[in-house]
Amino acid sequence: MACFVAPMVEAIVITVVKKVVEKKEQKAKVNGTPQSISHTCTHTGIKWSQKLGWLNQLLWGGVFLLAIEHIWHGEVVPFPPFLTAMNKPADVMPMLKEIALYGTSMAVLVTLVWVGMVIVAEHNAKSVAKKASTKA
Amino acid sequence: MYFILTAAAAIVTTILWKHFAGKFHLGTLCLIYWGATLMWLVDHVIAYLQDGGAFFERTADATLLGITVVFSALLLWGVLQLLQNAKKSVFRSMVQRKQ
Repeated sequence: MACFVAPMVEAIVITVVKKVVEKKEQKAKVNGTPQSISHTCTHTGIKWSQKLGWLNQLLWGGVFLLAIEHIWHGEVVPFPPFLTAMNKPADVMPMLKEIALYGTSMAVLVTLVWVGMVIVAEHNAKSVAKKASTKA
Repeated sequence: MYFILTAAAAIVTTILWKHFAGKFHLGTLCLIYWGATLMWLVDHVIAYLQDGGAFFERTADATLLGITVVFSALLLWGVLQLLQNAKKSVFRSMVQRKQ
């Protein structure tokens, strides 16, 4: 009915957080102090804004394609109230339940996969840095 | 069927992304497909556990939806690339004017 609403809310929050982190990183770059730079990057050098960008793309990509599916099935319409379930009061409660169960589970799974991606990327970057240091 | 088609598109795009080693911003397209695949996986698993029945919907309508979804993601990715290129060229021309 409207399960993509929960990941969409997370995507909006992450977009805002990413903007704030990007501003902090730019400030640290301008200041140029090693402490301020290390605060915005992890020890491998992958910026937090880049990592949050991956989560953003996963969430917004999923939300976009799920929205198309919902439009296809007639559950989302281009005019208010946008969700057809909102037209009948009896359908509102099942819709909210669906958002809570399906939507939250989707958001949690995507976030867990992103955490896995970050761990793997950090590990790979670390091993590349280690190889480079042993060569030098 | 749309779940299978999107998952297949995600796998193919990931292989292409690995092959072209980060060219053409294929990483973005990969993440778009994987995001939707993960969300539909959750949708299918919960629906199967709650209601039972067939896990995959193998109808003409679901197949057509799958094709539409795959092409919509390609279109979104294309538009994002165009916007990024336009942003870069505007930034470059601003820098050149300052110099």
